[in-house]
Amino acid sequence: MKEEYSEQSTISGSEALIRSLLAEEVETIFGYPGGAIMPVFDALYDHRDEIKHILVRHEQAAIHAAQGYARVSRKTGVALVTSGPGATNVITGVTDAMMDSTPLVVISGQVASGLLGSDAFQEADVIGLTMPVTKWAYQIRRVEDIPWAVSRAFYIAASGRPGPVVLDIAKDAQLNRHPFSYKKTDFLRSYDPFPDVEEDDIRAAAALIRSAKKPLALVGQGVILANAEEELKAFLEKADIPFGSTILGLSAIASSHPLNCGMLGMHGNLSPNIKTNECDVLIAIGMRFDDRVTGNLNTYARQAKIIHFDIDEAELNKNVKATVKVLGNAKQTLPMVTGLLEKQSHAEWIEEFKPYEQKEFECVIKEEIHPGAGPIKMGEVVHKVTEATGNKAVCATDVGQNQMMGTRYFKFTQTRSMITSGGLGTMGFGLPAGIGAKVGAPGRTVCIFVGDGGLQMTMQEFGTIMEYDIDVKIILLNNNFLGMVRQWQELFFDERYSETRMKNPDFIKIADAYGIKGRKVIDREELDGAIEEMLAHKGAYLLEVVVETKGMVYPMIPAGGCVSDILLGNGHSLY
Amino acid sequence: MEDKTLYTITIFSENTVGVLNQIATIFTRRQLNIETLSVSPSAIKGIHKFTITSYADSDETMKKLVKQIDKRVDILKAYFNTNEDLVHQEIALYKIETAKLLATSQVEKLVRKHNAHILDVNEHSTVIQKTGHYKDTQALFDELAESIGVLQFIRSGRVAITKSKVERLSDMLAKREAKGENEQISK
Repeated sequence: MKEEYSEQSTISGSEALIRSLLAEEVETIFGYPGGAIMPVFDALYDHRDEIKHILVRHEQAAIHAAQGYARVSRKTGVALVTSGPGATNVITGVTDAMMDSTPLVVISGQVASGLLGSDAFQEADVIGLTMPVTKWAYQIRRVEDIPWAVSRAFYIAASGRPGPVVLDIAKDAQLNRHPFSYKKTDFLRSYDPFPDVEEDDIRAAAALIRSAKKPLALVGQGVILANAEEELKAFLEKADIPFGSTILGLSAIASSHPLNCGMLGMHGNLSPNIKTNECDVLIAIGMRFDDRVTGNLNTYARQAKIIHFDIDEAELNKNVKATVKVLGNAKQTLPMVTGLLEKQSHAEWIEEFKPYEQKEFECVIKEEIHPGAGPIKMGEVVHKVTEATGNKAVCATDVGQNQMMGTRYFKFTQTRSMITSGGLGTMGFGLPAGIGAKVGAPGRTVCIFVGDGGLQMTMQEFGTIMEYDIDVKIILLNNNFLGMVRQWQELFFDERYSETRMKNPDFIKIADAYGIKGRKVIDREELDGAIEEMLAHKGAYLLEVVVETKGMVYPMIPAGGCVSDILLGNGHSLY
Repeated sequence: MEDKTLYTITIFSENTVGVLNQIATIFTRRQLNIETLSVSPSAIKGIHKFTITSYADSDETMKKLVKQIDKRVDILKAYFNTNEDLVHQEIALYKIETAKLLATSQVEKLVRKHNAHILDVNEHSTVIQKTGHYKDTQALFDELAESIGVLQFIRSGRVAITKSKVERLSDMLAKREAKGENEQISK
């Protein structure tokens, strides 16, 4: 392209970046300015009516907020940070998004291209650092590459199995001028996010499902990412297949659905975990057989024929060998299989789940959510909050016991309602992700469950909540311990509580300093009223509940164990 | 290396910065050592070809590795083979003292026996070239080292070509481009 062009027909790289984001229909950015990204923030100033920028208090929060935003809204989350420390501060969140398949575009400033490799001020090898934890990472050194790279970034982030993309833009590329034209990417020869569905696989899957007497489905986030909730429901109902969800698959189908048997894995529900080792056909849909779901692979579902639906070929046969592999988007593959099935009934098999549900209720749930006397229990709080919201809220959690209690006891009526760090287990995720979720779904109630440990990892985001009036309901389950680590110490380390007890600040006073209304509850009698007050309050609210110091999350399959190792606690045993 | 098989991994990629880094990371994560590595432009403009050898305990490990490499956005295609499926070669260069070469007829015999070539001779040193499998280039090295000594020795990574009929990259690309056009039309 050797056209002559006048200075007027050119725009700066920063302006080109903003126009590219607008072309991708970006409405919200979470970010934090700094030297090497200042030209972009300057251009953003001209477009502040079109793109809302949320200034977080630490870059880690920008990325987690973008994750929460993407997870509730079906959009690609965008984070904007400066070079060096700005970029390295987002790496945890980028890794988290990679593990949890969250579509993100992260834009980081970089030192001017002439300084690259010279250990310049705030220079970091961002591409080298993020390459293993991104779907694509690209350094833009020339202004003319900006629209092209942004277009590819959005295409790659959101298509196929979604994931994070990092664009690292040299400062001179932001400042130099070039004519602007934008073309959306819809094809890359080296990348095929729409694999052809093999008819033979569909037929083989349908035949196996038709022959099954004791089928069990495992529902993962792939269903939600494919927007295939309705297709899944139609499939499960027609074939009459009970299912369990992975932590990230929760909320794909309403908790109250008669085929919904709850959550899988280490702290999952008894019936789907036990029935995994008794079913004859196991149908995994958009899940990846994570070790927290499977435990010991040598004893996992050995009796079953396995059908694995996934869009990522690298997941097929990675952890568990499938009898039938169905590569493709669940929105496409599920209806193809459903179409080959007649209406089935597995009433007797489904009946077999009931005793385990009963057993779990008697041994674990009843005591956890209706303890009657003694200190308040974590599950009790989650249960009361979900009831008070009519099970309609978005639940964001941090990591640890608060997360397992949140995922076990929060109930859902709507998809994209569970925002949690599944694969990476990132403490400090909950508060900023919940903020992002509220920005992404302003019409919904967002309840954030955090522990006293995790809250203090990103508590500075009270500032963001204050500045933008973000109406999140923060429920702090305070046991003055790093509870999940303490639980493992109690069970597996001879009750040697090494570095897990915490001396905590007055959280309500801290919230108050940020203008966030708060209330601390110690007595059970106050709890219902406080939850009501929290939900009725217009604006953010911190509800601190002092919970049982030595609370435990049960059931528990110890790491690397199998269903026969399930611990129920309180002197109960499975058999 | 007992119980382990030597696999040859062939990868076609876009010629972008950092592809080798992306590939190497996947080997590292799976605790696989790269034994040899050879990279060059392929017959198709803009596409690079990597030939990597690595020891692994099973085809399963290789399948997982190759799928994870193939998954990277900049990778066009990745596959693996064992030695039986391949015609493969390495090239080795040996530098010896010219004076020792002239002193006896040993070197001439070795060059003939191993079907090697002399590439360069000057008053100080002589460079011999030998192509073949690893054991062939190693055999010449051992004999030279034992008899007159080797000043310098270098061996390339493996280059390999499959014996069977496999889908040619150009055909695969044509299919991809056609699919891309269809996708665009259907929009």
